[in-house]
Amino acid sequence: MASFKFDEIPYLDKMSAVFGPFDPDCEALKKDTRTLNDKQREHNKVEPSIEAAIERSGLCDGKTISFHHHFRNGDFVVNMVLDTIARMGFRNLTVAASSLNEIHEPLIKHIQNGVVTHIETSGMRGKLADAVSQGLMDFPVIFRSHGGRAAAIETGELHIDVAFLGASTSDPYGNANGYSRESEDDGTSCGSLGYAKMDAMHADHCIIITDTIVPFPNAPFGIPESQVNSVVKVDKVGDANKIGSGATRFTTNPKELLIAQTASYVIENSGYFYNGFSMQMGSGGASLAVARYIRERMLEKNIKARFALGGITGQIVEMHEEGLIQRILDVQSFDKVAAQSLKNNRFHQQIDASYYASYLNRGAAVNQLDFVVLSAMEVDTDFNVNVLTGSNGVIRGAIGGHPDAAAGASMTVVVTPLMRGRIPCVLGRVNTIVTPGRTVDVVVTDQGTAVNPNRPELLERFRKAGCIELVSIEELKDRAERLCGKPAPNDYDDKIVGLSLYRDNTVIDVIRKVKA
Amino acid sequence: MQILEVGVAGTMESSDIMVRIEPKDTEGIELTLESSVGQQYGPQIRRVILETLRSLGVTKAKVDAVDKGALDCAIEARVSVAAFRAARRDDYQWKTKGAEA
Repeated sequence: MASFKFDEIPYLDKMSAVFGPFDPDCEALKKDTRTLNDKQREHNKVEPSIEAAIERSGLCDGKTISFHHHFRNGDFVVNMVLDTIARMGFRNLTVAASSLNEIHEPLIKHIQNGVVTHIETSGMRGKLADAVSQGLMDFPVIFRSHGGRAAAIETGELHIDVAFLGASTSDPYGNANGYSRESEDDGTSCGSLGYAKMDAMHADHCIIITDTIVPFPNAPFGIPESQVNSVVKVDKVGDANKIGSGATRFTTNPKELLIAQTASYVIENSGYFYNGFSMQMGSGGASLAVARYIRERMLEKNIKARFALGGITGQIVEMHEEGLIQRILDVQSFDKVAAQSLKNNRFHQQIDASYYASYLNRGAAVNQLDFVVLSAMEVDTDFNVNVLTGSNGVIRGAIGGHPDAAAGASMTVVVTPLMRGRIPCVLGRVNTIVTPGRTVDVVVTDQGTAVNPNRPELLERFRKAGCIELVSIEELKDRAERLCGKPAPNDYDDKIVGLSLYRDNTVIDVIRKVKA
Repeated sequence: MQILEVGVAGTMESSDIMVRIEPKDTEGIELTLESSVGQQYGPQIRRVILETLRSLGVTKAKVDAVDKGALDCAIEARVSVAAFRAARRDDYQWKTKGAEA
């Protein structure tokens, strides 16, 4: 058949991926003549159980497994997979989750039994966080920002052996989504799979875990089948009620509304509120409420935003649908309205964590932000922010994209009440530094607004505006202390139980064991 | 001020303190405090409660306080009201802190 001799081809030894002469009887020529329906039923990537998928993955002791947190506190995947892994007898594993929540309390027993010995995450809450703070683990927990995690995964320094990625829907080949295109019943929909996309792209082996298998192709998809090795169908990937509320509720707390209104004055008079601006609103009552005030100003002044970034809420979607925001870049959908919008709105774009915030990525979306509004648990007189440990020194939060957005945005506004109950939120020094003060420009509280001295031009603009009560950060601290009294210092052990990493993965602070 | 019966003031709301004062036969104040900010402010809260009772002349009482992060001024107010109620008195002397001095 061939009109050539294979050996006559010059430079054969210098060519790669040239596998010898064509064989007319090779396997590849045997056509599969079944129908699409039969093919996807009989010849696919679906494994009968998590156990079978784990076996196929070649997982062994000491490896790194990963998870995402798009199902938030409704996630069943982490517990389900770790129970199976424990039953199968694996040990010394590293869990590299994009974040962990209260529902992941069963991790405690897997740590005690030696199944899990290392944890990487953005945050931790509830009993697991309490136990870690009390010295549960020998190896410190590594807390990374979303951008820092993305960078560590991209460079291979955080190497994921097997990723277990929950998905609201998948087809039999692993095209996976955080919503369903087939039905209106979006039971476990979480919207964007932005953090999971990193794991799918870079893990050696990727397992999609879903409760809804839809016909091929599940397009458009959050995770493409080309990155997926197997698919497992389980009863439920999560608790729909805890994955996300219908729409994030507007706060009715007058203190938060006052803070939000002040923050909107700050934005309006900052020089960054112009036709074509870009913004991000962090989670938390006050910071979410800013969107409402901004919307009024935009209508009033006939200003439109080029894009909104981040964790996306129903409010941002509404503004998009009424034409006030041209594009949405969504790494994580905070509520069902946002998840629905991702599915239905052409210009609501799903992005991965590197696109969002990796410091190695020059085009990272956070770098294109005019301003960001972020919450804080504590701020200190150097403008450092803590969102990771509570006032008692116990882990109870997450770094999230806080340091990423703060570093990227041209103006970073941190909103916080001056005190929560009796706990002062502006202090001489935060318990744990998460976001360095150099990247924080304005602190808005219910009892005054402080501008970082390295942004004198902002102070000048706010002073001219006249509608913002300007004070120094030291005055805020003194006022909080006068009202609350000086808190007794926390009682720490020397033992380091956690590392707070800055977005470039350098250690910015450590978390120490609290005395019980 | 003599404690005659059980007197209660305050709520379990955030930033408030619930104070319950009841009679006690022997001399001294028996104080139990449960506080959401006990780690940071426990001693300070106890001091304010005992100081308020002392200024009212209460020397025999059993006091239960459940604190949800109340400021000192709120603690002082709740303790005073609970004591007046427990002493069946309503002749509270209203005055501002400035006027006192």
